Amino acid sequence: MTLLTVDNVSRHFGSLIAVDDISMTVAPGELRAVIGPNGAGKTTFFNMISGFLMPTSGRIIFDGEDITKLWPARRVWRGIARTFQITEVFPELTIRENLRIAVESASGFRLRLWQTSEEDRKVRQRVDELLQMSGLGQKAHRLVGELAHGDQRANEIMMALALRPRLLLLDEPTAGMGDQETYDITQLIRKLHRDQKLTIVLIEHDMRVIFHLADRIMVLAEGKMLAEGTPKEIAANEAVQAAYLGKAAA
Amino acid sequence: MSDQYDARKLLALACIWAALLLAPYWMPPLGGYTALGTRVLVLGLAAMSLNFLLGFTGVLSFGHAAYFGLGAYGAGLSLKFLAASSPLALLMGMLLGGVAGALLGTLIVRRRGVYFAMVTIAFGQVFYYIAFQWSSLTGGDDGLRGFSRQPLDFGLFKIDILSNADYFYYFVLFCFALIVAIMSFILRSPFGRTMLAIRENERRARFLGIAIERHIWIVFTLSCFFIGFAGALYALLNNFADPRGLHYSQSGDFVMMAVMGGMRSFWGPLLGAAVFVVLQDYLSSVTVNWMSFVGLLFVLVVLFFPRGLLGMVRRKLAS
Repeated sequence: MTLLTVDNVSRHFGSLIAVDDISMTVAPGELRAVIGPNGAGKTTFFNMISGFLMPTSGRIIFDGEDITKLWPARRVWRGIARTFQITEVFPELTIRENLRIAVESASGFRLRLWQTSEEDRKVRQRVDELLQMSGLGQKAHRLVGELAHGDQRANEIMMALALRPRLLLLDEPTAGMGDQETYDITQLIRKLHRDQKLTIVLIEHDMRVIFHLADRIMVLAEGKMLAEGTPKEIAANEAVQAAYLGKAAA
Repeated sequence: MSDQYDARKLLALACIWAALLLAPYWMPPLGGYTALGTRVLVLGLAAMSLNFLLGFTGVLSFGHAAYFGLGAYGAGLSLKFLAASSPLALLMGMLLGGVAGALLGTLIVRRRGVYFAMVTIAFGQVFYYIAFQWSSLTGGDDGLRGFSRQPLDFGLFKIDILSNADYFYYFVLFCFALIVAIMSFILRSPFGRTMLAIRENERRARFLGIAIERHIWIVFTLSCFFIGFAGALYALLNNFADPRGLHYSQSGDFVMMAVMGGMRSFWGPLLGAAVFVVLQDYLSSVTVNWMSFVGLLFVLVVLFFPRGLLGMVRRKLAS
């Protein structure tokens, strides 16, 4: 059983080959980490799964359906949600408003001009649920732009989660965070994965986070796949060690 | 805390509507006249329509005067050639502006930022030159004349909005309230919140499953209907439609009113329009260079109160 199949996908930018013929399959409930040195093509790879970029060649299949050519919103409607390396939130709105927009979008209210009181109650309830889960409840009325980076990131993850995704893509969820914040976010992701059986693919630099969370790891270098396996296998892999020490890939 | 905030908001709203309802009584003692108040309402409605797009969706149109002007011509032509009815003229003006906006909107919504603004200017100028050149229909450079607003006929009684300036003011205020109510209703809805989402962060909004282009097109079209309606009121106010009402400099005036008043606040553009119109009325009787003073004020506001006059007032009240 696979949820996501990436089939020989490449992406060229002019003469630069950012992603070169990469394949990957992700099983439901799996937590997959994608790692690699800077410029390895991780984010480009991610952008093709979420629809931010179209592949130059190859196919992407989600839950049995070819989504290679679908624009981003349609992929969201099918259950793929993502966060960004640089946190993307609604800075001049409160956390509650941020989450409310996400919940309403997920409920298909995007074009609606009114809600019944029953619908309104359900939306509020779901927002409260998300606030509870994230531990952001105390700050719900604060403008997101005024919050610490870690809280903004947690807010972004909760917005993605509000979509009730079947696949969650996290691009460097702990980038630029202190130890405590990194720990909190890691715990949050772990909880989502364990308790909700959510399928997650994440890009990460922090090795402690990866080895703590990942079921399997894929290593990219210079646009190519270098290795793939369990954390133990990857730790023991010589080619990976060579790539991380800056030598040419063996 | 939020109750207190809501109470304050209600109080502010009550003050705004009281001021608008009583304008024909308090304006003359202060040296104004009712028609000036009507002008503020009409141009304020236009600026608020533009701001529906600019302030709440974050999309800058620099060609909205085109739809304003089309609204004016639609109303004028309707009165002149179709039927002597003010409500029909308003409807025709709104339709002409709105439908033109809906059609052109399909071509522009894929552009962003400066490119969006440039394309809106270009399309706006197309309408300006059509109005300017098609003399046989539009009166060309002289503008469209030979029509006047008609008394409202309710069968049992008539309201003479043509010769009684106060009646006309209240008629305009009624129309204004109608559009403002629709705008505020939309802004409170889930759709309204997707507008804010697009303004705040288009990328995030897209990856929440919001079809950005479709939403921007809808807002653009609505905003063209609203400003077309304002344009139609403007034609009734002046009994005249001017090609310069479509010119991009007029679009610039609307943007100025919105930014000066405060584009993040719902009522800001009305305040901006009031300041603009009153200054214009007063200064133009003193000097032909009145625009340089308005421009100076605009620069000062943008430099020192980037959230506009109303934004500043709000901040003062909050602290």
